[in-house]
Amino acid sequence: MTTTKINSLREASDLLQRREISAVELTKACLARIDARNAELRAFITVMADQALADAARADKDIARGRSLGALHGVPVSVKDLLDVAGTPTTAGSHVTPRRPRHDAPVVAKLRRAGAVIVGKTNLHEFAFGTTSDETAFGAVRNPLDLSRSAGGSSGGAAAAIVDGMCYGAVGTDTGGSIRIPAAACGITGLKPTSGELSADGVVPLSTTLDHVGPMTATVADAALMFYAMLDADARVERLPRPAEGALWLGVPVPYFLDKLDTDVTRLFDRVKTTLERGGHTISDVAIAHAERTPDVYVHIVLPEASWYHAPMLRDQPDNYSPGVRLRLEMGRYVLAEDYLRAMQARTVLRRAVDRALEGLDALLLPAMAIGAPPLGASTVRVGADTEPVRAIMLRLTQLFNVTGHPAIAIPCGPGADGLPRAIQLVGHRGSTERLLEVALAVERQITGGDGSVGGGTG
Amino acid sequence: MDAPAWLAHAIADADARGLPALKPLLEALARSMQALRDADAEFGHPCRHDDDEDQ
Repeated sequence: MTTTKINSLREASDLLQRREISAVELTKACLARIDARNAELRAFITVMADQALADAARADKDIARGRSLGALHGVPVSVKDLLDVAGTPTTAGSHVTPRRPRHDAPVVAKLRRAGAVIVGKTNLHEFAFGTTSDETAFGAVRNPLDLSRSAGGSSGGAAAAIVDGMCYGAVGTDTGGSIRIPAAACGITGLKPTSGELSADGVVPLSTTLDHVGPMTATVADAALMFYAMLDADARVERLPRPAEGALWLGVPVPYFLDKLDTDVTRLFDRVKTTLERGGHTISDVAIAHAERTPDVYVHIVLPEASWYHAPMLRDQPDNYSPGVRLRLEMGRYVLAEDYLRAMQARTVLRRAVDRALEGLDALLLPAMAIGAPPLGASTVRVGADTEPVRAIMLRLTQLFNVTGHPAIAIPCGPGADGLPRAIQLVGHRGSTERLLEVALAVERQITGGDGSVGGGTG
Repeated sequence: MDAPAWLAHAIADADARGLPALKPLLEALARSMQALRDADAEFGHPCRHDDDEDQ
């Protein structure tokens, strides 16, 4: 069995359970891929080869004895180096002195209980404070689909690792879009669950109000399996949600969300809408009150919360930060308490506005990112006739749902004329991540024809 | 403190701390602060109740 033909976590899992491939073989293949490609892609900061092979050997023994722990048993996965993994430093992509945890973060511990094999810790935008993964102490993450492009961020290494076949599931974090943005940039699936649903303990915080933990995978079904493993260590295939049946009612939020899109995003998003309508689903425009205020609300929450956490390190080792990240953290020290509280009040209003927009709908449907993967190092990008700051345009369509806490998932919808992926985003009702996954499975099936062919796939 | 006064204080402090590169970021933050404050009527305030006579 050649592992280069394995395109998804589910497929790898099925082969393991049927014992057509061993966990050791699968893990060796992933480690070989990392060995061959990581110097170029810089997807991983720490590779845990010895421990991964030992865990894989144990998984093989258990599976052979009929003691399967579920779909993740023996499957190689990665963890963003913002989460604690016992015995490895948590660098957060920085030269700042790392944490050296004795315990796994809860979501990591649950992945282990589900039998997953952790192959290593992935690179990221330093302290998760950016969307391009090019401000990191470990070298800019390169997009496997075009090495001159960003893999997105902040979970850029996680996305690159999935699309390049270095692992079959990845743990990411998302404070303004840091799972969905790299998923969109690399052509994979990224799920941000409902706020608080997956534990953020053992995760270096960016903003305790806005931080989310979630899975990144090749497909929606894979994301569901990872989600269950991270939720309660129970990732049985039987638990997989079924694609939503019957006609869906989806709402496209306008204005604001469709105002600044590159031509390929517009074209592919329109194609998705047409495909879904031809499939019998109903799509209507909806309004989210005050949505245009989102960036102002967002910065007044994320900046002071990030600066508060980093204050001791900014004092003791300021030169260990990347210059841009340090400046953004320093900026947060000037936000007044009055304006932070004003933003928190606005957050409750925005949350109700999204709740209202979702009334009677299965989900909101919008693009996940307004552009394709930007060139590495770019600070601005052309969008139509305008020049936009890269960071702001990448965050534009995702950050509201961190502010409000609604679950959201990015799904690839095909390549642009530049050959780079574009992605849609589905946003569900708060507390209903499983229902969102059902809707996402149905939408994914519709727009890919069931074979996942629009996605980047794995290498 | 209004946004212009806040900005003047913040830039002076950043300069004193050897961080002049903060100036354009603080200017952008001042614009964002003003925009957020201008939206007070949209987002409401706990001291303002729907049944207040003056609303």
